[in-house]
Amino acid sequence: MNFLLQLLNGLQIGSIYALIALGYTMVYGIALLINFAHGEVIMIGAYTAVFTIQLFLANTNLPYILAVIPTVIICTLIGMLIERLAYKPLRNSPRISNLITAIGVSLFLQNLMMKLFGAQSRSVPSILNAEPLNFFGAKISFTTLVTIVVTTILTILLQLFIKKTKYGKAMTATSEDYGAAALVGISVDKTLTMTFAIGSALAGVASILWVSSYPQAGPMMGSMLGIKAFTAAVVGGIGLIPGAVLGGLVLGIVEALTKAFISSKLSDAIVFGLLILVLLIKPSGLLGEDRKEKV
Amino acid sequence: MPRDKKLIYLINTGLVLILFALLTVFEASGVFTRYSMSIVRLVCINVILATSLNVTVGNLGQITLGHAGFMSIGAYTAALFAKTEVITGQGGYYIGMILAGICAGIFGIAIGIPVLRLKGDYLAIVTLAFGEIIRVLIEYFDFTGGAQGINGIPRMQNFSVMFFVAVICVTLMYSVMTSRHGRAILAIREDEIAAQSSGINITYYKTFAFTLSAFFAGVAGAMYAHNIGTIGASFFNYNKSFDILVMVVLGGMGSFTGAVISATVLTVVPETLRQFNEYRMIVYSLLLIMVMLFRPEGLLGRKEFHITKVVDKLRNKFGKQSIEGGN
Repeated sequence: MNFLLQLLNGLQIGSIYALIALGYTMVYGIALLINFAHGEVIMIGAYTAVFTIQLFLANTNLPYILAVIPTVIICTLIGMLIERLAYKPLRNSPRISNLITAIGVSLFLQNLMMKLFGAQSRSVPSILNAEPLNFFGAKISFTTLVTIVVTTILTILLQLFIKKTKYGKAMTATSEDYGAAALVGISVDKTLTMTFAIGSALAGVASILWVSSYPQAGPMMGSMLGIKAFTAAVVGGIGLIPGAVLGGLVLGIVEALTKAFISSKLSDAIVFGLLILVLLIKPSGLLGEDRKEKV
Repeated sequence: MPRDKKLIYLINTGLVLILFALLTVFEASGVFTRYSMSIVRLVCINVILATSLNVTVGNLGQITLGHAGFMSIGAYTAALFAKTEVITGQGGYYIGMILAGICAGIFGIAIGIPVLRLKGDYLAIVTLAFGEIIRVLIEYFDFTGGAQGINGIPRMQNFSVMFFVAVICVTLMYSVMTSRHGRAILAIREDEIAAQSSGINITYYKTFAFTLSAFFAGVAGAMYAHNIGTIGASFFNYNKSFDILVMVVLGGMGSFTGAVISATVLTVVPETLRQFNEYRMIVYSLLLIMVMLFRPEGLLGRKEFHITKVVDKLRNKFGKQSIEGGN
């Protein structure tokens, strides 16, 4: 029973990793950029949630979950802003300068938030406080269920958006070839901004889900979370929507099981060890296709 | 030409000695306070770190994000060796430093052989993962002091020793990179397939560069441990690796002079910004973004600054004048 509970726990963390990994994988697929600032978008989302609840929702009778609306809006705007100001001017520069810029943006946001709101973590009021559900004698928290269901729905919607709509197809085309996409009348600039916007909106949802199970918001919270989610995206096969979800879930389950049964200290080492193992056996990730290099 | 080469060595040695003399005079006369001297020592360490990462990132052209891992192996090796007190004093310092380099180098081989098959961002994320694994393991085991780290490492803050160790390290790396081995490594950076078809053993040279880089990161780690006296694993996290990478990229990847200059600047600037205290890191990160936006190839690009080129230019100028004068 304990094993099953831990598995569920892993699915919950994994779902959050998956949502964040979707943002990484979309941006990487289209711009070939490890967006290190993505973790900071989540951090800003968490702060937005805290302030919305404390300053506004706590004084009304409205449910706290409504904080998701401003959080998603702010995250989307921040994501688009980062793309416009920091990444767009560098589109034709060497990839490494993009990477350094991403690191710079991430450092900037961390320190800005630290200056504005202090280095201390803020506690977040509980957002989804419903009774745990009885499930064949085991108690399953409401948050866990919501997290898993929301992630599933969002992933399906995203996949439908990319496969079925004009904008989604434009994204796929742009990720294949900028020049050819521009030739058939796709605005590469708009498509890139849209990709960042969708990724950041998902990050906004992820930040709400994260603070409802780990009720702390601090300036450094996004950093490790982001790196783990990127790891998840790479494990699953970067650039692929199903890959990000699979990677996120695998990573979450491995982490939860390690914490419960092996050692909580070693969990990070085992998660990263998993990444190395997967990449050494299958360099393009679990679901990725191998591409041969041609002369 | 051998005569010219001799001249180059002579000029460079002279310049290094002049720099050393200047710094010593500043220290003795009190122009540089104790605090300034501690920054100068930090510059020595960071110069080794930046140039050693430049070997993999700049010369081999492979992005790695786990350099702090090798540094931590060096630091812990040196600290544990000093703690055994087999050999104490100056001799122990040097032996500990070499042991630190060798240990980090062995890890470099062990990690490099499997990992260097990957390329680009995959390599970046895997080296980041290795760096984090090293950190977690150091915190996990008891003989490394766990999360508390190691205290009371014998201090070694002699500026002249650290200065010359840095000079020797940079010279060694520079001469390897301009040798036959170095040219093979540059060929791999330019085009792997072309290099392979002209008979360069890719795996060997990649691992060689990676190990060389790890070795000197270990040496720098040892210097760091003895300089600061207390080490903890959390210092060597991915943010430290990012710091070193920023030095290399900002200086211009593949340029040793660039790495040395930007390591110096990026150590001194955050310290001088200390008067702005809480805005320090904000200003630093903004500067970083600005430099990348306006000069994406880094300050020096791939160029090296040679003092002899300046001499040549001057000589040509005056040479021409004398000829014109003769006419």
